[in-house]
Amino acid sequence: MQLENLRFGTELIKRGFAKMQKGGVIMDVTNAEQARIAEDAGAVAVMALHRVPADIRAEGGVARMADPKKIEDIVEEVTIPVMAKCRIGHISEARALESIGVDMIDESEVLTPADVFFHIDKHSFTIPFVCGARSLGEAVRRIWEGAAMIRTKGEAGTGNVVEAVRHMRLINYAIKKLEKMDEDELYGVAENYANPYKKLAEKVVEEMGNKLNGDEEIFGKYTIADITDGIFNVLKEVKNMKRLPVVNFAAGGIATPADAALMMFLGSDGVFVGSGIFKSSNPPKYARAIVEAVENWRDSKIVAEVSKGLGEAMKGQEVDKLEEMLQTRGL
Amino acid sequence: MKVAIISVQGDVEEHVLITKRAMDNIGIDGEAIATISKEEIKKSDAIILPGGESTTISKLIHQRGIDKEIKEAAMKGKPIMGTCAGSILLAKHGNEQIKKTKTKLLGLMDIWVKRNAFGRQIESFQVKLDIKNIGYFNAVFIRAPAIVKTGSNVDILSEFEGYVVAARQKNLLALSFHPELADDTRIHEYFLRMAE
Repeated sequence: MQLENLRFGTELIKRGFAKMQKGGVIMDVTNAEQARIAEDAGAVAVMALHRVPADIRAEGGVARMADPKKIEDIVEEVTIPVMAKCRIGHISEARALESIGVDMIDESEVLTPADVFFHIDKHSFTIPFVCGARSLGEAVRRIWEGAAMIRTKGEAGTGNVVEAVRHMRLINYAIKKLEKMDEDELYGVAENYANPYKKLAEKVVEEMGNKLNGDEEIFGKYTIADITDGIFNVLKEVKNMKRLPVVNFAAGGIATPADAALMMFLGSDGVFVGSGIFKSSNPPKYARAIVEAVENWRDSKIVAEVSKGLGEAMKGQEVDKLEEMLQTRGL
Repeated sequence: MKVAIISVQGDVEEHVLITKRAMDNIGIDGEAIATISKEEIKKSDAIILPGGESTTISKLIHQRGIDKEIKEAAMKGKPIMGTCAGSILLAKHGNEQIKKTKTKLLGLMDIWVKRNAFGRQIESFQVKLDIKNIGYFNAVFIRAPAIVKTGSNVDILSEFEGYVVAARQKNLLALSFHPELADDTRIHEYFLRMAE
C-alpha cells in the first residue's frame, strides 16, 4: 500500500536536500584526510575534487571530473553529504557521479566545459544539482533546467571575494527590479533570458541562409515557447518569494572568515570555500573559523575573534591580472 | 504563545513560516522566531530543532551552550519537536555513525537512532505515511535517520520499512522526516496543541 506511493528524485526532495545545507559551509577537499578535517570543523558537506581551483588555475590543461576512486574514499571517510563536480554539459560524467553515490553534483565552470551550447537537462536525474550563476538570467536558466541550488560563480581559485560580491549584488538587484513588474513585463524578461538557448539552432539555420521560425525544438524536446514559458514561471516564483526559489550560496574567491561573513550579510544562504582552507597555513583552524563566521556573521565580535592569529590566508590574485576568467564559461 | 526555532544551521526559515501558518489555522495568537539566544529560548513556550546536518548543529549548539536551555525547557515539560537531524539530537542513544563523529546528543528521549538509515541522497524519498493522530501525510525523507528501538514510555506514531519514523514521549516529538517541507500544517498544528 505505502510502497505504491514511494517516490524518488522529486523537485521537493532535491530542493529539500539543498535547504538542509542552509547556514552552513561546504568545503572543497581533494582526499579523505582533508574531508575528515572538514567534517570535524563542522562543514555541512564536502566537495570532492581532483585539484582545488587555485591548482587548476596554476597547472592549466583540461580539468575533468575527479577520479571516482578518490571520491569513493571520501564518501567512505565522512558521514556528511559528498558533492562532486562535473563539466558543464557533460551528461556522462554526471551519470557516473550519480552511480557512485555522490549526494549532489556541481555542474561547474571551474572544470573545462564539455558543451558550449547547453547545460545538462537536470530534471532527468534522481540526485540534485548545484550550478553557478553571475546574474539572475543565468540563475533562472539553471533553475529551469532543474538545478536545486544556485551559487555565485565568483572567480574560483583567486582568493579574491570581489567577483562573488559582484554576482550576489547583481542577482539581488535584479530580483528587486522584478518586484515592480507586471506579468507582461515579466514575460518580456523571460523572452530575453531564453535567448542563449537559441545559439545552436541559429548557427545552423543561418549557415543554411534561413531564420529560426520559432516552433522547432531547440534544446532537447523544448521549443523556444516551452523554454520562455518555463523561465516565466520561475520568474513568477522569484517575484512572489522576493528571492530565488532555491537555496543560493556564495562561492568563488571566499578566503577568510570575514569574506564568508560579508557574503552572508549580502543574503547568501551559506558559503562554499574552495582553495581558501587547504591553501592556508593552518587548515583545521581556518576551517573552524569560517564555520563560526558563517554561523555568527551578525556578531562582529565573534568574526573578529575567530580571525585572530589564523596564520597566512591563501595568497590570492587580482582579477584583472588573470589570463582566464572561469566565470565566463556557461551562460 | 512563543515558539523558538533553533537557528544554528538547516531549514530554519521553513519551520518559521509553517509554524506561523499553523498558528493562523487553529487561531493561536503567537509568534514563531528563529533564534540562538539563551534569553529567547528561556522565554519560549515550545522549541523546534530543525533539519540540517546533525554533526554541525550539535557542535554549534554545544559551543554556544544553548544545550542547557533546551534541556531545561524539556524538564519543565515544554514541547520540543525535532525533525530529521533534530530527532537525532533529541535521542539518548545513537548508532556507530553518530559515535564515530563524536556527535553530542541532548539525550532527552528514550529512543535509539540510526543516522542515514535509508541511505544516501539518491535513496531519499517521499511517501504518503500513516501517522497516528494525524492521518496520511506526505512525508519527505532526506538522507533521513530512523528510530531503531524505543523505550516502553515512548508512543510510536508511525512506522515505515520496519523502522519507527515518528514517536512521542510526553512533551517530546521526534520525526525522521520533514513536515516543514510539505505544504501541510497538520503536524505543526498537532505540535502547537501540545503547548496549549
